[in-house]
Order: sequence, then structure tokens, then C-alpha cells
Amino acid sequence: MGDTYLDLMSSGAGAAIATRLGLPRPAPLRRYRPGVALLDGSALVLGGGPDADAIAQLLSGPPGGTGGVPDGWGLDVHRHAVPDERYAAVLVVLTDVTHPDQLAAPVLEAAATLKRLRPGGRVVTVSRPAHETDAPAVAAARQGVDGLLRSLAKELRGGATGNGVVVTDGVPVTAPSAVATLRFLLSTRSAFVDGQLVDVDLDAGELATDWDHPLAGRVAVVTGAARGIGAVVAEVLARDGARVVCVDVPAAGQGLAAVANRVRGTALQLDVTAPDAGDRILEHATSRHGGLHVMVHNAGITRDKLLANMTPDRWGSVMAVNLAAQLAINETLLTSGEFVDAPRIVATASTSGIAGNRGQTNYAASKAGIIGAVRATAPLLVPFGGTANAVAPGFIETDMTARMPALTRQVARRLSSLQQGGQPVDVAEAVAFLASPAAGGIVGRTLRVCGQSLVGR
Amino acid sequence: MSSPRPAYVLGGNRIPFARAGGPYAHASNLDMLTAALDGLVARFGLQGEVLGQVSAGAVLKHSRDFNLARQAVLGSPLSPRTPATDVQEACATGVETVVALANKIALGQLESGVAGGADSASDAPIVVGDRLRRALLDANRARTAPRRLAALARIRPKDLSPVAPRTDEPSTGLSMGEHQAITTARWGISRQAQDELALASHRNLAAAWDAGFFDDLVTSYQGLTRDGNLRPDTSLDKLAALPPVFGKRLDAPPTMTAGNSTPLTDGASTVLLGSAEWAAAHDLTPLAAVIDAEVAAVDFVHGEEGLLMAPVYAVPRLLARHGLTLDDFARIEIHEAFAATVLCTLEAWQSDELGRTRLELPGAFGTVPRDRLNVHGSSLAAGHPFAATGGRIVATLAKELHRLKASRASDEPVRGLVSVCAAGGLGIAAILEAA
Repeated sequence: MGDTYLDLMSSGAGAAIATRLGLPRPAPLRRYRPGVALLDGSALVLGGGPDADAIAQLLSGPPGGTGGVPDGWGLDVHRHAVPDERYAAVLVVLTDVTHPDQLAAPVLEAAATLKRLRPGGRVVTVSRPAHETDAPAVAAARQGVDGLLRSLAKELRGGATGNGVVVTDGVPVTAPSAVATLRFLLSTRSAFVDGQLVDVDLDAGELATDWDHPLAGRVAVVTGAARGIGAVVAEVLARDGARVVCVDVPAAGQGLAAVANRVRGTALQLDVTAPDAGDRILEHATSRHGGLHVMVHNAGITRDKLLANMTPDRWGSVMAVNLAAQLAINETLLTSGEFVDAPRIVATASTSGIAGNRGQTNYAASKAGIIGAVRATAPLLVPFGGTANAVAPGFIETDMTARMPALTRQVARRLSSLQQGGQPVDVAEAVAFLASPAAGGIVGRTLRVCGQSLVGR
Repeated sequence: MSSPRPAYVLGGNRIPFARAGGPYAHASNLDMLTAALDGLVARFGLQGEVLGQVSAGAVLKHSRDFNLARQAVLGSPLSPRTPATDVQEACATGVETVVALANKIALGQLESGVAGGADSASDAPIVVGDRLRRALLDANRARTAPRRLAALARIRPKDLSPVAPRTDEPSTGLSMGEHQAITTARWGISRQAQDELALASHRNLAAAWDAGFFDDLVTSYQGLTRDGNLRPDTSLDKLAALPPVFGKRLDAPPTMTAGNSTPLTDGASTVLLGSAEWAAAHDLTPLAAVIDAEVAAVDFVHGEEGLLMAPVYAVPRLLARHGLTLDDFARIEIHEAFAATVLCTLEAWQSDELGRTRLELPGAFGTVPRDRLNVHGSSLAAGHPFAATGGRIVATLAKELHRLKASRASDEPVRGLVSVCAAGGLGIAAILEAA
């Protein structure tokens, strides 16, 4: 889907006009391609203590791993800002702050680099969550990172993003999921993830040996795969090495077959609301591909209506397809004894389920329901090295949003820090990240892919 | 050459069948066959696979499609190193491709194959008259401009009218419907019996669609998600209201209508076949083994037998070879070219006289239990894209037999019989057995 305004404002004359008039100037975002360098410049790691050292070592170490750090990324890493250096990434490690006073030094050192941050640059904070059991000063310092990061992300321009990793106490910052989250946020895979704090709950999961194929040897099922975001999720999972089972309703069979053939997977035509959907998915995956490791619940419908005008049919069909179907399928998988090899469930929620959206009570209820469902499902999978998480897309350029009235669409696009709609691939990258073996320590969370939409949290 | 081994039907895929001039009006045989192949490859994950052989055909076929099956392979995600062959045996084409590939697999000549067919009554080739054709060919051969002009100058306005494609019998000039009307009258098949069979076909096919039976047998195409000819809400009253269209010049009252005859149809089907070893290596479950087959032909030209009655002879010969009777079959698929074709076949098999005089049996061949006949509908409801019908029947039957065997939890063989009549007085029959 094209964004004419973005193209115009990216041109010389357009950019000049936008600057004069104070119009939004969205920057074209760079997307991931296998084989490209993680960063196109140096990284700056700020903050003291062993965690900052470990992260600096991770980033700068040689590929293959040294001294307790499983793998090095071979980046050019600075521990203090070099004047006039244009950094590709600035990491602010704040895990050892015990008082708000300790925020100033690393934050202000980072601040001095921001004006020269490279286009598409990354600012990533690494911190610990604030708890009611913490000393008040500790909790204050830790919670302070939240407001700092969300505001900082709103100030970045040129396609740069600001995100944070929040690592639970007791989990090392070099835990697989912390490392994988850091890499995801630094890479172009997270192009449309902005202003988000990703929680790492457990020292679990397994790091990829090949960062370009983290899903090698894994079998993934994607529902709603015939078109839109689902089709791209199937493509990205396959690109990352997974064998993909593409699921959609029989009526979408022609598109589904095309996607399955493109990703060299298999097409399974079924209605996810059918009582035997879970059994058929499991049977297909195990008999044809030798197992099932990743279940992506992407199938979804909208039947928008103001609640005052809502009909039982519109309410019921949205809840059945978007929420009840995946609960039933999950139950089948969980009780089968077959979904036990570091299983992953990734469901597509929506920012509508977080912020609410006029005319979408049914849709928002179903999508908020998904956020609750993964939170409660993930702990059931942890004993098997598994987890369940959700992604919550904001405004994404799809057939669905292309049907919005033109002006509404233009406004909706700009209502985010990145001032543009995301692409289906942005959602797919987040799904692939949560589906990867390394994401085992992220338990029951919802990752927003919204360019830091101005609505919701 | 090794000794014969079982050849299995592993699955199938077809596109929904459409009434001629409908959603596939601008789709060619190649388009449709490629689409059916695309869906098969997607269902079974065969992208880039080198299959042993693809064998398919079309009845109404343009000369540019001389390599129809091969072109479909090249347009599909299969490996371009997959060989392909065109076959043409009128409405028996589909079953013939299944039998031919199954035999090769049984003999160890192949490990895998795809049988199939496509037919478009909408995109049928238009033929020019012989005078125009000769003039154009002469002009093409002429080496000088004046000679070329001379050849073209022979063309007269009346030569320009195209010759519409026909499926009439070249030997008799009668359409298939008129031939069947003669047979229908000979066996005294009533209008009501024909309408009842048509109704059952629609009801059975609709029920199968509703139950999701075709979820792994059909892939939607060009916006069509179910067979376009299917009328789930038809009734005996509606069928009885239709005027007769065939047999109006016979002495007997005409009984054959558009409701109890198959319409002109567009569609394509494929069947995946393989050895047990190939299936296991590809994590596929055999549905049914192709046990044996028999072709037959009747002399309809001199009126000895009805045009579409060859299966009446093929089936008894086939069953005799295995010491089987009709009672040994859990499911029987008789292609519904016309409702009357099926009913004439059933009557003939129940006839003592025909059994004795024509089939060389002590009496009648036997009775087909109606509850085992075309249980998921057949051509009256689905439509009949000539070369695609065989693939539809074989894949549907194989799945049904497999399902039946799994539900019975017994080692008793679960057999299915296929019987397809064809133009030219041809017929083909085959036995499948649940794996």
C-alpha cells in the first residue's frame, strides 16, 4: 500500500515545504533483509556496572562467543560518547540504579549524541522493573525509565526509534531473551516498534546459532494466512527458516495456495471456529512436518458497529473468530502432549484492544481478550520451555486500512511518533521474534507494533 | 522390471466446477489445470518436487494445447524437470490417466504421479470452415506475394463463419442427449426416477460441502468457492416443472430435462498417486489403492447397444477377474452423465435377459444398493467438465473409502467401484480399496 504523502515529503522540495510549514516529516524506514549488517555505524553503551560491561562485551565481542557471553556481534562499541561521532545506536544501561539521582549522568551523556544520531538510529534502555517490594527510591528510579524512554522516543526523528528492555530481577542481562530482545530492537526487524518497553521475565529460551535463520527446524502454523498480515507472517517465518503450515478458510483457498507455494509450505483449508480445528491443525503439522512448535493466531475479522446498534451476529462472529477459536485451539494443543518442544503461541491483538476504538466494541473486546489469554496461557507452557505472547499492531497499511476514508486514513497514519503507517512485514517481524526459540523468557506479554501510536499506553 | 506393488491415491485437488459461460468464461484449459495443480502442490507441499509423471488431458482441446499437461507443469511450482503427458479418451480421460499412472507405479516405472484433466466448454476452440482453412494454409505455403494473394482471393464471405465446437457423435450425427434418450426409452426409465436421482445428487453434494468434506479436495478459483451448478434448494417440484429437452422426436414421451442432465461445465481436477515408499518419504498417508481397471466399448453405431452403456460391460468383466460382486463394494460411483444413464445401467445389471444374452452370466449381474451410490453427489449436481470428472470421482471416492475404513475399525477390505461412460461408446471402470 502506498503512502503518497510520505513519498512526497521525502523528496527535496517536499521536505523543504514541510519544514517551512511545520508539517509532519515521516522518514522512510529501513527494513530487514537477511545478511545485512546489524548496525550501519558505531554503538555507544552508557552506564556503569557489570551489566553495562556485559552488554558492551556482547556487542563488541567476536562472533562465536567469548568469556561467558554466548555470542559476540562484532560491532564497533564506545563506552563514552566521542564528540561528533554519528552513532547508529545508543544503549543506556540503567539496571543498577537505586536512586533517581543516578539517572542524570548516563541520560545526559546520551542526550548529547541524539542530534547526530544516524537516520534509522536506535536508542535502547536496559533496566529493571519497579516493584511494590522495592525500596521507594529504587522503584522511583526504575519507574522513571518508563517515562524517560516513552518521551525520548517521541523526540526522535528520521526513522530513529527508542525502546527499552526491562529485565526481571534475578535474570541476567545476558539471558537469551534479553539478548534476543536487544538484538531485535537494534535491528531493522523492529522498524515500526517504537516507544515500547519489552519485559523479559525468565532466564529461558535458546539463542539462535544463525541470527538470519532463528526458526530453522521449527514447524509453524499461521491462521489467516491467505492474505494481508497473515500472508506476510508466513513469508517471514519461512524466511527465518521455519516450515510453515498456512491456514485459512476454504473460500480463501486460491490465495492460500499461492502463499503456501511461495513459502514452500503446505496449505490447510479450515475454519478456525470448527470444533475440530485444533485437532486438524495438530494432525496436519505432526503427520506432515513431524511436529508443531509455533502457533500463530492471526485470523481475525471486523464487524464494526456502534454498541448501541450492535447485533448478536456481529458481536458473536467477531468473538468466535478472533478469540474463542484460539482459546479452543490452544486447549487442544496444550492437552495433546504434542506441543511440548519449546512451544510458542503468538497471537495478533490490536491497539484497539489497548486504547479502544469507537465502533469497535466487539473487535476491541476480542483483541483485549487475546492480551488476557496469552497472559494466562504462557505460564502453562513455561514447564515445556514454552511461552505465549501477543503482538498489537497499530495502523498497518493493508487492504483493511486501505478501505478507510482517505482523510481518516491520512490522519490515522500521522498519529504516531514515526508519522506513518506500518507495513505488514513490521508485524510479521515482531511475530517471528516472539516465535523464535530465544524468546522463551518473554512470558505472556503483548508487544506493540505501532510506531508509538499516540493512543493507548 | 519388478513385480507389481500397490499404487495409492494420496489425495487430490480440483477447482470448484462452474457452469459454462460463468466465472471461468475467460479461463483456458491450461489456466484451470494449472490452478488445480497449484492447489495440489500447496496442499501436499510439493514445491520444487520432481514427480515421476503428470498425465492429464482435455476433451474440448485447442491445437495450441498439444502439450497441455507439460505446460501446466511448467506454470506450476513443481520442478520443471517433471515429465508430463497428454491423454484424451473423452469423458473417460480422467480415470484413464489415474489407471495409466497407477499401473506404472505398480510396475515400478514410477514412484509418483499426478493424474488429471481440464475442460472448458466456455473457452472452447472455434474452428474455421475447411475452405477457409485450406486457403489460409495455401497462402502460408506460397513463396511469392502474388501466389499468396491468389490463395487468399479464393476466400468467400460465407467461408468466414466459424464452425461451432460440437460433441455430437461423428458416426451418427446425434448428440449425446439424443443417444441417451433412445436408451432411456428402451429401458423405460421414468421422468420421476430421473428427477429423484438428480435431487439426491444435489442433496448429497450440498451435504458434503456443508460438512467440510471438500476442505481438502477443492481449492477455490476466481471467486468461486463451491460448485456453481449445485442447487441445494432444488426440489422434486422444481425439477418436475422443467420442460424435456431430449428425445422429443421419439415415440415414447420425452423425460430428459436440463435438471436431470449435466450442464456444460468448466473445471479441472488432479489426483496425487504414489507408491507406499514415496508416500512414506513425503509423510503422506495413502487413502486408497488402485486395484484394477477395465475399459469397454459398445457398438452404438448400428444400434446394438446404447451410446453410454459400455460400463455395463466393463464392470462385470472387472469384477469377475477378482471374484467380486456388487455387494462387495462399500461405495459405488457411477458418473451421472444423465440421470437416465445411471438408471439404465442399474436396470441393465438387474436384467436377467441382458445378463444371460450379453454378459454371458447365468442371470442378472446384480443390484446396486442405492445407499452406497454416489453418496457425496455426482455430476448432475457438481457439473461435468468432461476430462475433469474422473479426477473428481477418484479423489472423492479415495477419501471416502479411507474415512469409512478408519470408522469401521476392522480389517475387512473397504472397496469402491468407479464407473464412467464416455462418448464414442466407451466406458471405463476401476476398483479402489481403502488403505
